[in-house]
Amino acid sequence: MTNYLLETFKAKFPDDVLDTHAFRGDETVILKKEALLKAAAFLKDELGFDFLMDLTAADYLPREPRFELVCHFYSSKNNYRLRLKCPVAGTDARVASLTSLWTGANWFEREAYDMYGIKFEGHPDLRRILMYDGFEGHPLRKDYPLKKRQPRIPHRE
Amino acid sequence: MEKKNAETQKNWNLETLEDGRMVLNMGPSHPAMHGIVRVLLTVQGERVADSDVEIGYLHRGFEKTCENITYNQCVPYTDRLNYVSPLINNVGYALAVEKLMGIETPARCQYIRVIMSELSRLTDHLTCIGANAMELAAFTVYFYLINAREEIYRLTDAVAGGRVTPAYTRVGGLTRDLPPDFARMTAEVFKKVRKNLSDADKLLTRNRIFYDRLHNVGNISKEDAIAFSFTGPALRSTGIPLDVRKATPYLVYDRFDFDIPVGSNGDNYDRYLVRLEEMKQSMRIVEQALAQLPGGPINHPDFNVILPPKEEVAGNIEALMAHFKLTFEGVKPPKGEVYQAVEGGNGELGFYIVSDGTGSPWRLRVRPPCFALTGGLSQMIKGGYIADIVSTFGQINMIGGELER
Repeated sequence: MTNYLLETFKAKFPDDVLDTHAFRGDETVILKKEALLKAAAFLKDELGFDFLMDLTAADYLPREPRFELVCHFYSSKNNYRLRLKCPVAGTDARVASLTSLWTGANWFEREAYDMYGIKFEGHPDLRRILMYDGFEGHPLRKDYPLKKRQPRIPHRE
Repeated sequence: MEKKNAETQKNWNLETLEDGRMVLNMGPSHPAMHGIVRVLLTVQGERVADSDVEIGYLHRGFEKTCENITYNQCVPYTDRLNYVSPLINNVGYALAVEKLMGIETPARCQYIRVIMSELSRLTDHLTCIGANAMELAAFTVYFYLINAREEIYRLTDAVAGGRVTPAYTRVGGLTRDLPPDFARMTAEVFKKVRKNLSDADKLLTRNRIFYDRLHNVGNISKEDAIAFSFTGPALRSTGIPLDVRKATPYLVYDRFDFDIPVGSNGDNYDRYLVRLEEMKQSMRIVEQALAQLPGGPINHPDFNVILPPKEEVAGNIEALMAHFKLTFEGVKPPKGEVYQAVEGGNGELGFYIVSDGTGSPWRLRVRPPCFALTGGLSQMIKGGYIADIVSTFGQINMIGGELER
């Protein structure tokens, strides 16, 4: 079954779209992380996706590239949803920040950084959000043990 | 210590800054900071010049935990996300897993889920307005609303067996059916809720003090609200009629007649009014659902999804095997990923689940509505008075459990 939105994407970014699927009706575009920013801008400006509903990541260890950045967009004008995914290598865990397009990406990206250690380039204030500053490691990575203990941190001055 | 501080870009301290501004801590333990949130303020006199909202004090590793347990074991954890509207979380989670498996529950189950979601929305809004009024010194209203909430909690207690932690849904169904005289109980409870609501309405809505504290405070424009991914009452107060129940109806919401209240100013007073009206609409939905409530089973018929009844387990080998498989390994959705959104008390509550075909989710992500809202708090309080943070923060309705998971 052909899908208008996914076809538009393939036609617009023929070199960057790696795959598309629509499992259970959730339309998904998987594209190279280099194209994330321009694809997001295209979504926002030309296709009318005004909401960045969610931005998160997932760890697929031991697969390489191990991380995947997952964004959910919503268009209130057309009442339509789209998922955008970018594979991110563990050795080079950096991706462009969407804060220039959506202010709300700020906290979502901070959380993704906190939990997975993915660095967002161009983010104005990238620091941990749920964990504290002295926390070691990134808890949602698959190689972070479930019951790992953290070292004690000294009192603040 | 030097190295760790380098990670923090803003170098905050409690000393007075050069140009007469001062750094002030609001929280983490502050009576108006529901739960524990710290707002670091830079104030110029009484005005907020800059702020930094620091969260994470209630982080429990919900997502990590769920990656290590079976799908049905996650349900009690979802109660603890938004603990004033736990049933919406239960329903949202169950819907997400069911979408992943490609199954649909019987009609009666869907109606009951709608009823319970709306009751939860009532408790959520009652708590929000009540606590907000209390923090602005309208203590009587708090008791009116909390008494009404308690009545609804008794109702959900009678249905699910728990006031705040019902864990009512299962993948493919519910833990139990409604009690036999549920419709009568609901009618009685609603009578009391309506009375208390109208009392609170009379005390607050046209109250000069309350109005002045809320009106034109914590303003946010349409454009900013969208840019911050606001949803729920906070978005609707700006005039955008976006509600997941209307936009992408799940369950049987398309069969009911209800309105989506919107504000125009995007300030705290509009958020208060939107919540007040939404409660009335929720009661409308529950009454319609009770009138339409069909009979029949509440659970999906497939024993690969839902535990077979005890008589079957004791007398039938297939049911016994299904019981063991489900208890030890859990339901096994096929490989894939889904995102399911429901309208929570504060806005769009989304569950993103990735399955690798085993009994526990590979990745379970919750999109908590108040995460985006709290992210926008800094902008909403900027330029306002310190005392107004309380009303803005109250109307954001930050719930630590879902914010920090």
